[in-house]
Amino acid sequence: MALTLMVSSSSDIAVGLAGTAGASALALLDPELASRAQFGWTISVHILFAALSIGLAPFIIYFTWRSVRTGSEAYERLQSFWLKVFAVGFVMGTVTGIPMSFQFGTNFPRFSEVAGELIGGPLAFEAKMAFFLEAVFLGVLLFGRERVTDRKYILSSVLVGVGAWLSGFWILVVNAWMQTPRGYEMVTKNGMAVAKLTDPIAAFFNPRMGWMYVHMINAAVISVALFVGGVAAYIVWRRRESTAWRTALRLAVMLLLITAPLQAVHGDAYARHVEDTQPQKFAAMEGHYETGQADLHLIAVPKEPEALTDPRAENLYTVSVPGVASFLASGGDFDAEVTGLNAYEENPPVALVFWSFRLMVGLGFLFIGLALWGGRLVYKGRVAESDRFLKSMMVSTPLGFAALLTGWYVTEIGRQPWVIQDVLKTSDAVSSMLSSVEATATLVAFVVIYLGLVSASLYVLKWLIEDELQHIPAREAPGGTERGSIPGVADDD
Amino acid sequence: MTEPVSLSLSTGPLLLPTEAYLVPSLPVIWFGVVMFALTMYVALDGFDFGIGMLYATCSNEHDRETLLSAFGPVWDANEVWLVAFGTMLLAAFPRVYSKLLSEHYLIVMGFVLALLFRGVGPELREQQEGERWQRACELSFVAGSALAPFLFGALAAGWLFAAPLVSLPAVLTGVGVVALSMVTGSAFLAAKTDPGLAASVARYGQAATVVYLGGVLVLLAIVVIRNAGGAADTILSLPVLAVVGASAIAGVLGVAFASQGRYRAWLIAAFSLPILLGALVAVVLYPVIYPATGLTVEAAIVSPLALNLTTVLGLPVLVVVLWYFKFLYGVFGGPIAADGYGH
Repeated sequence: MALTLMVSSSSDIAVGLAGTAGASALALLDPELASRAQFGWTISVHILFAALSIGLAPFIIYFTWRSVRTGSEAYERLQSFWLKVFAVGFVMGTVTGIPMSFQFGTNFPRFSEVAGELIGGPLAFEAKMAFFLEAVFLGVLLFGRERVTDRKYILSSVLVGVGAWLSGFWILVVNAWMQTPRGYEMVTKNGMAVAKLTDPIAAFFNPRMGWMYVHMINAAVISVALFVGGVAAYIVWRRRESTAWRTALRLAVMLLLITAPLQAVHGDAYARHVEDTQPQKFAAMEGHYETGQADLHLIAVPKEPEALTDPRAENLYTVSVPGVASFLASGGDFDAEVTGLNAYEENPPVALVFWSFRLMVGLGFLFIGLALWGGRLVYKGRVAESDRFLKSMMVSTPLGFAALLTGWYVTEIGRQPWVIQDVLKTSDAVSSMLSSVEATATLVAFVVIYLGLVSASLYVLKWLIEDELQHIPAREAPGGTERGSIPGVADDD
Repeated sequence: MTEPVSLSLSTGPLLLPTEAYLVPSLPVIWFGVVMFALTMYVALDGFDFGIGMLYATCSNEHDRETLLSAFGPVWDANEVWLVAFGTMLLAAFPRVYSKLLSEHYLIVMGFVLALLFRGVGPELREQQEGERWQRACELSFVAGSALAPFLFGALAAGWLFAAPLVSLPAVLTGVGVVALSMVTGSAFLAAKTDPGLAASVARYGQAATVVYLGGVLVLLAIVVIRNAGGAADTILSLPVLAVVGASAIAGVLGVAFASQGRYRAWLIAAFSLPILLGALVAVVLYPVIYPATGLTVEAAIVSPLALNLTTVLGLPVLVVVLWYFKFLYGVFGGPIAADGYGH
């Protein structure tokens, strides 16, 4: 799915590609399109593992601390299970992250050269301050239980978590700068116009940075809360008496109860900030074409199939609040003019941005509902008893990651045609050295290999869950609580 | 530090000079820092590659588990030196980063994919008992461990000699890095395992030392004979000859230590080889940093403010990173237990 999305992000070729998928499957892609598809696909897979590290870190720290300090077997089981998941996720994150750090050079060398002074520092800080910290202390956490003191062991888990969150910080400094570039001036160097750093504080703490960091970290925590909650719900559903997994389920629900509403409140303010700083992206998110008063579409349903590829007011059934988009964007004026997409020469693929945004927001509200429901059950002490809730949690296991991806598509596809907003177009950033054959070959390789990685990771998760179930003794009482496995339930996350 | 007049108000609390480098030689220092990260990568991930290749020679489960136990806790941290090298190259010399990677597209892509297979193999192997699954994971580990240093060497040849992938210098450099990885990998294992396994890996390490030294000499001879852009003068200069001589001595001493079973001494001799190689690369390159276009360190370096900032924020952290590694190798110091990759 991610591939289709990113391929289509080059709107001119997308239609032909989608229409003749079978016939042109063997055809070579234009290097620019292939590079964009490759970057989009590789980041889509990488971001899942990166978010897993960020979101799982608080769980790992908590489980490690509790298991070391209390010696409780329940926490030991949870620590050991989730640390294995973390380890697999971290390895996948590393091996998929290294290609990311090179693709700026291999596929988008002009981007690297133009923005090198601004992005190089933060990326190097990420490696030095965060990635090393995480990798070194994860080695201790995974292999060193018998070799270090309890204190150092707990400290290692904290440092792994700090590494994961710092890593996200420096990467988002780079991405936020690409959305709202500040603190630079364009100069000519070696015969090329490049950005020269003039004010590091303005550049690093650019207007987008704070918004993006809070939203992304919280999204990662929500995704993992749903993931942990879904796995816990499945195990509880199979082995009702497992105290360890009931604890994990309660923890996930409580975390969701804090983070899901926060995301909605924060996201609302974030959207207004996007309108201020990237009006074109905001217009794409709302499908707003004509400059003038803008309505807020709370709900949009396609009236005809074309609305899926070309959403605009005419072909949608919408529940809209007239003028509210104007009101929000202007900070109080219902008639304020919001610049429409028609005012721009070149636009991002509106349909992808519009529908990704709606999917993300819709999922966000679903998570709030789930959190409130679960919170009520926890309060009444019945969270493990409601089959309907357990099954809803199981189904929702991958949905946090889905929302995170669609949010990322809004951010990245919505910025097109720019790679650095109003500074450098993506089409001007691509390598001129790259041939269609090379670009297509590596794209195909990445698609095949990364699908293999994702499948392998899901299999590992399935094996870990099966193994865990075998370690929880089924109660032998007649009509005991063990249930048969439902095929596909464990696999769909 | 110099030229206080150039302090820009806009830099605020950082108080960094915007128009002058903190010290005039800062660009050269950063050339050194980038070369240092490259050397750390070749030395540390190199021995991981060596372990991966030696894994293919293991005849029993005990040996395999021992190798995985040696590899498990450290490889990921070692691999981060590659990211440190790449990102510091981008931060200090963006043009070199762009050219090096975009002009060697397929080699770089092949290299990162080889790293991928090397990394996931051991992690996935421990997750399932099945024979076929484990063999597939082992193949991924061994093939990735052999291919990655070869392609990294080929990339280095493209950088240093502007050599295409299918050329004698590229193949020789690739083989040289593979052999060097084998040397450090076997020395690392020999110093940390039981005498039986140590003696068996030592034989591979000794052979690899010969291949490595031979490869370096043939490669330098080719460069001298081709003499492209006056390269012969560079190679036949005193610093280069001194580094090559020191490598030869370290290699010969290493082989001798290995045959005497003095594995701690061999470890030192073996790891001095990648350090000398890093020095060799730096001496051969400087003052140029990208020979294909004759780009110099002075021309490729970023502007003063960016470099000053990277220096003030980044270099102290690099010292802390070295301390992490001291801690990590301290925790996992001493003999390796054959408890596999399991955690």
